[in-house]
Amino acid sequence: MKALARILLPLMLLATAGWALADDLVAVAGPSGPKLDIGKGGHCVEDPRFMITNHMKLIVHQRDETMRKGIRGGKYSLADCVDCHASKVNHSVLGSNQNFCQGCHAYAAVKIDCFECHSSKPREYRKASHLAAKDVK
Amino acid sequence: MSDMDQQRRQFLTRGSAAMAGLAIAPGLTLFDFAQARPAGEPASSAVRWGMLIDTTKCESGCNDCVTACSKENGWPEAKTTTDVQWIRKVELKDMRTGRQTSLPMTCQHCAEPPCVEVCPTNASFKRADGIVLVDKHRCIGCRYCMMACPYKARSFVHEPVLDHDSDMPRGQGTVESCTLCVHRVDKGEQPACVEACAKGGHRALLFGDLNDQNSEIYLRIRSVTSIQLRADLGLNPGIAFVGI
Repeated sequence: MKALARILLPLMLLATAGWALADDLVAVAGPSGPKLDIGKGGHCVEDPRFMITNHMKLIVHQRDETMRKGIRGGKYSLADCVDCHASKVNHSVLGSNQNFCQGCHAYAAVKIDCFECHSSKPREYRKASHLAAKDVK
Repeated sequence: MSDMDQQRRQFLTRGSAAMAGLAIAPGLTLFDFAQARPAGEPASSAVRWGMLIDTTKCESGCNDCVTACSKENGWPEAKTTTDVQWIRKVELKDMRTGRQTSLPMTCQHCAEPPCVEVCPTNASFKRADGIVLVDKHRCIGCRYCMMACPYKARSFVHEPVLDHDSDMPRGQGTVESCTLCVHRVDKGEQPACVEACAKGGHRALLFGDLNDQNSEIYLRIRSVTSIQLRADLGLNPGIAFVGI
C-alpha cells in the first residue's frame, strides 16, 4: 500500500500541476469560460495566471514608458503579445470569440481599444504579406 | 557571452565604424555613426535631433521623401486637402526674379512648440531629445494643435485606419504628424525621407544631433547660411533650410 502511494501521489500531484498550467483560464474563469486559440503560445513573460489578471497594467505602464520617455526594448510589449498569440488560422488576435484577445474580452464584457490604432497581426505576418503585395505590383 | 567578449565586440564594432569614417572619399566624411540607444534607456536631453534641408539639391517634381514616409508610416497617399499628410513637397516661385525652389515641409520639431502649449490633454508633447509627438492614447481629436501650428504640419485622421503598422500605430479621430521616424531613430537609423533622398542621389536632407559638436549637421550649420522658417515667431525649429 505504501509503495503504491509512493508511486501514485507524485503522479497525482504532477497531473494537478499540469492541469493548472495548461488551463489557468479555466482556473480563473471557470469551466464555462472562453475557449481560446492561444496561437503559437510558449513561455509567457510572466506566469499565465498573473497575466490574466494583470496584463493591462503591464501594457499601460509600458506604453507610457515607450511613448513619452522613449524607452525601447522593455520586457512587456503589446506587439510581442500579438506575435505569440495571434491565431494561426486568421493571423490575428481578433476576429471571433475564439481569438486570443477578443475571446476573453467578449466573455468579460470589457471593450478593447488597443487595436483601434495598434496592429492585431504579428509583425512577421505583416512583413511577409506586405512583401507579397509589393511583388504583385 | 562574457564581459571580456562583450568589450572586445564593442571595440571591434567601434573600430570598424571609425575606419569606415576615414575611408570615405575626401570631402565626404561621415561623422554620424548609427548608435541605437541601449534597451531600457530613455531618450536623452543631451541630444537634439534635427534636420538640415538643402533646397538647392532638392529636385522639383521629385516626390521620393513623401512616398518613403507614406510607406514607412502607413498613411495613404493624400488625394484631398483634408487627407493625412505628414510630409509634402512645396514649390516656391520668386515673382520678381522667377527663381523656383522646391522643398519638403514637415513638422519643424520646434524647441518651443505651440502645439504642445495649446494641447488640453498633454497629448502633444516634446520628447527629451527634441522630437515633437502626439500621444494618441491621450489625444481627443480637438485639433487645437492643428490651428496653433504655423507650418500646417499636422493632420487629422478622418477615416478609419484599416491596415495598422506594428511600428507606427495610427487611428481614426486623432491628430498626427511627422515623428522624425522616431522608431527608426531609436534603433540608430535615419528617418525614411532622408534615406530615400540619399538613395535617389539628391542628398538634400541631412539628419543628425544638433548638440553633438562632431556631427555632420552641427558642422554644416556652422559653415553654411541656413534659416529656420518663420524664425520671427521664436519657436526655434529643429529643421533648418539652405538656399531660400
